[in-house]
Amino acid sequence: MNMPLVKAEPTPVMPAPTAKVLPLEPKRNALATRLATRVRDVAIRVVPPIVVITVTLLVWELLCRRAGSTLPPPSRVLDDTWELIVDPFFDRGGLDKGLFWHLSASLQRVASGYLLASLVGVALGTLVGQSTWAMRGLDPIFQVLRTVPPLAWLPLSLAAFRNGQPSAIFVIFITAIWPIIINTAVGIRNIPQDYHNVARVLRLNHFEFFWKIMVPSAAPYIFTGLRIGIGLSWLAIVAAEMLIGGVGIGFFIWDAWNSSHISEIILALLYVGLIGFVLDRIVAGIATLVTHGTAAN
Amino acid sequence: MMAYLKLDHIDKTFTRGALETEVLKDITLGIEKGEFVSIIGHSGCGKTTLLNIVAGLTRATIGGVLLEEREVDEPGPDRAVVFQNHSLLPWLTVYDNVRLAVDKVFSATKSRVERRAWTMHNLELVQMAYAKDKRPAEISGGMKQRAGLARALAMEPKVLLLDEPFGALDALTRAHLQDSVMAIHQKLRNTVLMITHDVDEAVLLSDRIVMMTNGPAARIGEVLDVPLARPRRRLDVASSPTYLKCRQRVLEFLYERHRFIEAA
Repeated sequence: MNMPLVKAEPTPVMPAPTAKVLPLEPKRNALATRLATRVRDVAIRVVPPIVVITVTLLVWELLCRRAGSTLPPPSRVLDDTWELIVDPFFDRGGLDKGLFWHLSASLQRVASGYLLASLVGVALGTLVGQSTWAMRGLDPIFQVLRTVPPLAWLPLSLAAFRNGQPSAIFVIFITAIWPIIINTAVGIRNIPQDYHNVARVLRLNHFEFFWKIMVPSAAPYIFTGLRIGIGLSWLAIVAAEMLIGGVGIGFFIWDAWNSSHISEIILALLYVGLIGFVLDRIVAGIATLVTHGTAAN
Repeated sequence: MMAYLKLDHIDKTFTRGALETEVLKDITLGIEKGEFVSIIGHSGCGKTTLLNIVAGLTRATIGGVLLEEREVDEPGPDRAVVFQNHSLLPWLTVYDNVRLAVDKVFSATKSRVERRAWTMHNLELVQMAYAKDKRPAEISGGMKQRAGLARALAMEPKVLLLDEPFGALDALTRAHLQDSVMAIHQKLRNTVLMITHDVDEAVLLSDRIVMMTNGPAARIGEVLDVPLARPRRRLDVASSPTYLKCRQRVLEFLYERHRFIEAA
């Protein structure tokens, strides 16, 4: 507005300052302070786990050092498995391979089963989320089947496939698929009415609605399902491989048990845990990338 | 001659099981091309339902809506809506939100370069060009409504529908946006139907104010012409006798004759 509303009042004359004015001292060494805070931030995150791990190892060492203890202390684990740790790539033919080969065989099975479960799971979840009829028909079946423990599927899949490899992949598939289906369906169902209205005003067709509204809107839910799925897959693979045999970390653990190499079992467990953690972080990272950080972490 | 947009004897009854609620009763209203019409009424009187019927998002039980003498019974970009809660897609930037509409509406008639220019033109119209790469979560409520307005304007609608577009904003932001809407209306001469519950907003912006009685079975109680010359300026208008008289009329209607009786 151009018109002045209120006449500007004459500025009052400032009284001379009576107190002595001290200039602020310039901040001392801003870089050093920032570095110190950074170091402290890192320390806050790193120190507690180190302390806890050290204490745990110490207690374990003390407990298992006594003569006649059934499990080896950490020092002996390291000693026994040093060869496996430093050379994970050896291959003496047959099942006598380095840990890298066992883990990579397991990862390949998980990758196949999990990818299949992702594709089928998202597709079925979309169907169930979108069509009330499909939900009424399929949801009871899903709710019953998802409670079946992964290994219970193994004999049936062995009977069907008559081969260890596809059976293991099927067990991964059937384990990972339920949370993917259910979360995708919830995500599709929870698309806000506003987005439907926007789509209707714009007259988006089904194809456009699917790619431009449905997928991005449900993505946070879908990725929650995918994360639970990858965790379950990795849980199931060890058990499945113990039963089907062949190269794989599950078989490696079972074989070590049969040969009473307890230290090797402990090393394998450590690797299984670390890889499970990395898999989870990878899926979470993809989720953040795809959903621009809107997915729950 | 028939009105540009005609609401013809609209009744709306919601049915849930055996329970029937009559929301709107016999709403008839003609709006001329380029006119700015507000619908005002207490909350719950069915204003938004009426707007949704015009938008095509809800079907009228009886009666219908005619735009340029043709019946409209489904949503379309010729009746673009600015939603109460902005309804921007959170995974798209401001630019992409508007561009989505532009791409859809002008896919056949404009080239890529033209569509880009048109998107930017509309963002400039609502003074949002500087924030085009921000996502809805990163901007304020007022900016979101501006982006929503840009998206609606970019569809080049025959009728622009505003559903309490400034309801959730603070008074200062609301005033800024009202000024923007007035300036845009002045420039484009578009036909606007706005839902509001703010008396000053209705008087300041509208050529006519449609006052609705309380529900259930709300109807049009009164239609008031606002004979204020355009362009209107908030401060000049606020003290004009015509403005005060119109404001008085609406207030009397809302707070004396059709006082809102809240459920106990």
